[in-house]
Amino acid sequence: MNSLEVSRLAYAYPDGTQALFGVDLTIGRGERVALLGPNGAGKTTLVMHLNGILTPGHGTVTVAGTPVRKDTLKEVRRRVGLVFQDPDDQLFMPTVRDDVAFGPANMGLTGEELERAVKGALERVGMLEAADRPPHHLSFGQRRRVAVATVLAMEPEILVLDEPSSNLDPAARRELAEILRSLDVTVLMVTHDLPYALELCERSLILSDGVIAADGPTRELLADPELLAAHRLELPYGFAIPAPAEPA
Amino acid sequence: MGAGHHHQLYLPGASAVHRLPPQCKLLAVFAFAVVVVATPRERFWAFALYALLLAAVAWAARVPPGHVLRRMAIELPFVLFAFLIPVIGMGERTTVLGLSLSVPGLWAAWNILAKATLGVVASILLAATTEPRTILLGAQRLRVPSLLVQIAMFMLRYLDVILDEMRRMRVARESRGFEARDVRQLPAVARSAGALFIRSYERGERVHLAMLSRGYSGRMPMLGEVSASAAQWGVALLLPVSALAVLGLSL
Amino acid sequence: MHVPDGFFNAAVSGSAGAVAAAGVAVCLRGARRELDDRTAPMAGLVAAFIFAVQMLNFPVAAGTSGHLLGGALAAILVGPYTGVLCMAVVLLVQGVFFADGGLTALGINVTIMGIVTVLVGWGVFRLVTQLVRGKGGVTAAAFLASLISVPAAALAFTLLFWIGGTAPIEVSAVAVAMGGVHVLIGVGEGLITAFTVGAVLAVRPDLVYGARGLASSLVLRGPDGATTVEPAARPATAGHGLRPFLLGGVGLTLLLAGVVSFFASSSPDGLEAVAENKGFIDQATEHLMSWSPLGDYGEVGGIPVGVAGVIGVGIVLLVAGAVGYAARTRGQAAAGDDKIKV
Repeated sequence: MNSLEVSRLAYAYPDGTQALFGVDLTIGRGERVALLGPNGAGKTTLVMHLNGILTPGHGTVTVAGTPVRKDTLKEVRRRVGLVFQDPDDQLFMPTVRDDVAFGPANMGLTGEELERAVKGALERVGMLEAADRPPHHLSFGQRRRVAVATVLAMEPEILVLDEPSSNLDPAARRELAEILRSLDVTVLMVTHDLPYALELCERSLILSDGVIAADGPTRELLADPELLAAHRLELPYGFAIPAPAEPA
Repeated sequence: MGAGHHHQLYLPGASAVHRLPPQCKLLAVFAFAVVVVATPRERFWAFALYALLLAAVAWAARVPPGHVLRRMAIELPFVLFAFLIPVIGMGERTTVLGLSLSVPGLWAAWNILAKATLGVVASILLAATTEPRTILLGAQRLRVPSLLVQIAMFMLRYLDVILDEMRRMRVARESRGFEARDVRQLPAVARSAGALFIRSYERGERVHLAMLSRGYSGRMPMLGEVSASAAQWGVALLLPVSALAVLGLSL
Repeated sequence: MHVPDGFFNAAVSGSAGAVAAAGVAVCLRGARRELDDRTAPMAGLVAAFIFAVQMLNFPVAAGTSGHLLGGALAAILVGPYTGVLCMAVVLLVQGVFFADGGLTALGINVTIMGIVTVLVGWGVFRLVTQLVRGKGGVTAAAFLASLISVPAAALAFTLLFWIGGTAPIEVSAVAVAMGGVHVLIGVGEGLITAFTVGAVLAVRPDLVYGARGLASSLVLRGPDGATTVEPAARPATAGHGLRPFLLGGVGLTLLLAGVVSFFASSSPDGLEAVAENKGFIDQATEHLMSWSPLGDYGEVGGIPVGVAGVIGVGIVLLVAGAVGYAARTRGQAAAGDDKIKV
């Protein structure tokens, strides 16, 4: 079964601005996929549909075989772990422990079970020793790791990260990459940080003007300068990817 | 009014007063305020004893007098008004220091000043010894409708966001030479209120989306129990019960 | 306008407490119809925003500054029922956390600044939006609604003061001072509310409760270039008109009237004294005027303060009439709708 299927998804905001014009994509279980696109391509809008925060104007979203509908929202939100771009949006409880416990507690976990879920999630991001500290006392990189833990505690089917590398210094960026690689879940990473996509994801999608414009191995997409230029994507200065060798 | 620096409301501590469950303290403060208001204004020494009771609570909670005095500034508008009552009041008049003052006005001023001040100090002590979130949990325990508690929770949460945005916008405004001095600047202030709302909403909305994404369905999960023992109730109710005793003696 | 402990006598504090509790209870029930899963956070934000803008003191006239009450804004943004809840929460938090407003005066504060402002604000808003359609109508209605709701609250304060204020001051002097200052504050509040609602309407029309039903059609374009036009899903409009509010208002008036008559009969001299001390009225008014920062100038923007007070009272009376008229036409419209459905 696929972790995520999106079909013919279209959406317009209440003020009339249309963001998505018919998106189709499929992500298999265990895949790590990057969703690339310039600012304003509709990336965040797409992400908001994955757990039913926005309701499609047209088309469907299916998570692990469950269609996203009003009556399946609770189930879908447990299965799709959304990590927001700004960890301050994600961390709203007085301590790291309470924050990580928020999701599982909403799912009905209590006592021992809840404690185990919290500990496990914090361990996976290496933040167990910060459990009793208030989130706003942590560094930005630490806060992002806690934000990932808040979502992992819910044992999601698919982890969706919005610009995971933004505002991170190089060390924090590497630490996060190691954590993401160590996780045994499907990952959809929304970013315009092309080297990070290359480092972590085998496969990439390019979202441009509200439709999926390209879908293929990350290395191949990034080695195609015309494709990148056509969709306002750019590799950082001095960074070049050799075209992949023709398969023998 | 409504001004204040809410980050300085709470003084962290581990005193007996701090450790009391919030619902006990809330009820005690409300009951105390009712007793104070119900006291006839002629019983001067009863008010003195009430003040002593509050001083004892402040001492037990290690709340410095300076903190209480600073926070009492909130009362200022009504204090000014109270001082005017004898001047503009009706009825029999008396002369104090060459000023013609109304006798009922003097009584009214005393009544308002004494009762309002005691009420204000009691609330200040509650806020100084109890974190805002904890007070709300106490309210939840006291069966305040959950929708109200929820709105208040979100309100406290968003207040930081809004104050932050407000400060940033003021800096931006003033760094461009704007100063709110009289009515003519009102449209500028009004326009910034509109921008303030949108900015705070969009920030607050993301927090809310994050909560929805983690299964929030309208009820804050109760993490950590806050139940009160009989002994704790006893300690907390010491304040209103002593006040009631004073009232009984004074009648 | 936050009333401290001891400012009103026990009977008025208690009655207002009962009115406030009943009002909040009604609104808790009604709010369920206004809210979806975004409601509590949105209401919390509106409460926080009102709390914050109440801190945003704006200069009224030389030396004095007023603050918004926010009731009309709350009603327009989240609907009248939830609006009352927002105001109640703001006042509760101010009383308990900030010692702003007495705990025993909570009922009075909620009644005056929560229920009266929301009631009057929403009534005016509905009336104007029915006369003037579209976004412009919403913004204009927001301005008028809050402009009028503030002196209405001042009038309610004066009324309660007349019934059971503990200070021996001429009620007419209180009315002039409160009315005058609050007409000016009302203008400021009207501007801020109009700009806020206007700004939200421009960027996020979905957030303005009072503007539900303004949504335009969506154009959905498929990737193959085919264009389809779909009408926007219209949310259930705020169809539960003014009737509950009118009933609430009538109930409030009756309750207050009951308290008045209670006092009138138990202490007749209290009311007669007003007449007897006629000589004092002029003196008291004069003193009050000279105290009032407005008094130094005698006029604000060309309007003498006394006249401003009278205008305030007049506006409130006009509103009462207008609300009554609106209720009647709405009632007729509703009856008409029923016929069409049948």
